[in-house]
This record gives sequence, structure tokens and C-alpha cells, in this order.
Amino acid sequence: MDMLTVSDIQVAAPAIGGLQAAVGNTPLLPLERIGADLPAGVQVFAKAEWFNPGGSIKDRPALSILRAALAEGALAGGKRLLDSTSGNMGISYATFGAALGVPVTLALPAIASPERISILRALGAELILTDPLEGSDGAILVARRLAAEHPERYYYARQYENPANWQAHYLTTGPEIVQQTGGCVTHFVAGLGTTGTLTGVGRYLKAYNPHIQLAAVQPDGPFHGLEGLKHLPTALKPGIFDETIPDRTLEVSTEEAYAMVRRLARQEGLFVGISAGAAAVAALKLAQELESGLVVTVFPDAGYKYLSDKDLWQAD
Amino acid sequence: MPTLRVPTPLRAYTAGQSELALQGQTVAELMDDLLLQYPALKPHLVNDQGSLRPFVNLFLGEENVKDLQGLQTPLKTDDRVLLIPSIAGG
Repeated sequence: MDMLTVSDIQVAAPAIGGLQAAVGNTPLLPLERIGADLPAGVQVFAKAEWFNPGGSIKDRPALSILRAALAEGALAGGKRLLDSTSGNMGISYATFGAALGVPVTLALPAIASPERISILRALGAELILTDPLEGSDGAILVARRLAAEHPERYYYARQYENPANWQAHYLTTGPEIVQQTGGCVTHFVAGLGTTGTLTGVGRYLKAYNPHIQLAAVQPDGPFHGLEGLKHLPTALKPGIFDETIPDRTLEVSTEEAYAMVRRLARQEGLFVGISAGAAAVAALKLAQELESGLVVTVFPDAGYKYLSDKDLWQAD
Repeated sequence: MPTLRVPTPLRAYTAGQSELALQGQTVAELMDDLLLQYPALKPHLVNDQGSLRPFVNLFLGEENVKDLQGLQTPLKTDDRVLLIPSIAGG
């Protein structure tokens, strides 16, 4: 029997560049079992964004915004980074704020899940809990007011208006998708929250190949349970959103997305969050219409932060 | 009468009102009166079988009524119920 010697074993080089270097280059996973009934020649893949160190896709824009602010000197003099968040962006700000020595203040609705609030407190973020009835738009208004009242104390990061948000996806997520599909991606499907993912990836893919079709995903009404997604016709419109970018918009009901979250866990082993469920519903609907194609969507986070939502997991 | 606080996204269906005085000795009766007075809310809050949609969260004080007695949670005349939206955006 041949014995392996130490010199035969390829040892991965230790990671350099710290936590920041671990952001991006997430796996692109095929939806094999759930997509088994798709027409031959049609495949659906999902970017597994919970592989980012902060646990969600938001590591990309948060790091991009922090780097831009540091480069401009906007955080000089011990200013705190301030923004509104529904949770994930705040966790990414807090993660990289801690790593870079930037204090972080976040306005988030008081109804945010206990898991999110606990993670943010564990990371040392200062939290301002806003009126739960006003939702995410209420948190935006509180952050705007605080920034206007205390410009000497805060650098207001404005994730909904900051071009460094969508640029992160133009520079990383978009190129990764082209590389991981060998340039064969035909359709891209993404949920609308800040709209940074669709705007950045969409611009990159259209520049790469203008025939690639872009689909936005939004809830089917103003009152919904698709955490992280916005119903744009009835919400504050993000400043970075370019409504000419999506070729079409697909609407998903909360019930469809909840059922898909359970299917993804139980049939694919993918334990993902609610917005990933909505993305999968939309991507599979679109894929069913095709004769051939390679559809890519984004699964923004894992299911851990939604475990306290008993209705999500207990049905079926 | 108990009151119900209405979240921003649903005020388009309550003539802009953010707080409604409603009849009901339980949360279920309160919701029945709400949908009787404001039927345009129905598709947003209940499914085809007439049950509350799974993401509709009603709070009595700090407690989600799902963690109390659900729709059978009794209400006092001065109770204030909150209808809470999910969190959108990033």
C-alpha cells in the first residue's frame, strides 16, 4: 500500500486579510431535487450568501460602505456609523465595525426578532428600537432625524441611498455569478429590499451580456411576512433603485414563501431564511416558463434568525 | 371598548386611521368587528378559509397573543391590541 507523505498533502494556505477577506466567493448551489420537474435544459442555482462571515449577503454592502467611509475620512474623530436596519445589515455593520474599530448605532423596529436583537447586542452595537407599527420606514425616519440633529456624532451610512451598496454587488456578486456559471447565466432573480443586489448584479450582468434577463421579487401586497423584502409601491422608495433595471417583477405571497422555506430545508437540506424562500418561489416560477436556460437567484441568509417564528416551521 | 392600533401599510384601508375602537371580549371578536367595519382589510389579514394569515401578529402589551390564548385571549375594555407588520428592507 502506498503511504502518503507530508509533501503529498496539499495544505490550504492560511487565510490572510482577516475577516474582510472571507466576504464573498460564496458557493453557487444547484436546486436539484426541488427543480427536478423543470424542463430538460433548465437549471436553477442559488448563491448561498449565509456563507459570509456575518451570516448574510449584507456583509458585501456593509463592508463596501465602511471602506468608502473610511477612505473619505467620514468616520474621523470617533464618529459612530449610524443607519436603520431590519437586522442583517446591522449585524454586518456591527461585525466589521468591531473588526475595524468603528462604533455602530442602529435604528431598528422593536419587533425585530429576539435572535437579531441578541446578536446585535452581542456584537456591541448601540440599538435604538423604533415604533413597531411604523415598520422599517419608521426606523429610516428615526435614523434621518438623529443624523440631522447630531451631525458631529454620527456618520449616516444611508444604505438605501449609498452607491457603495450596489457597487459591492457590481464588483463582487455579479462577477462571481458569471465566473461560477462559466458565463452561461441567462436569468437573474433577486428580492427587493434596499434593491442593492438587483441594481448592482443587474448592471454587471447587463454590461456582460445585455440578453441576460433580470427579474425583481417583491411581496404581493403592502402587509406581508416576507421579512427583508419591500413592497415598493407602498414603501419609501430606495434612492439607489433604478426601476429601468428589472425586465420584470414577480410577486410572491407570504404563504408560498413559507412553504418553500420548509421544502428547501426538508428536500434540499438548505436551512434558509424567508427572503430565500421567496426568491426560490420566483426563480422556479420563471424557470417553468423556459425551454432552456440557467437561472441564478440569491439566498440572502440562513434560517437561524427565524426559529422563533413558530408558524414558519410548524406547518405541513 | 378595546382599541386596535393599525400599522402604516394598512391605514390605506382604514381611512387613514391609526387607532380604532372596536367591539369584542376576545381577540377573535375584535378581529371580527374590524373586518365587518373595514372589509377591504380582509384579503390582507385572512385566507380563503377565513383564518388569520400566518404572519399576522397581534400583540397585547408586550405579548404576542399566539403565546397567550391565541384568538381566544380575553380582552378588557381598556386593552390596546397592536397589529404588527413584518420588517422590510435591509
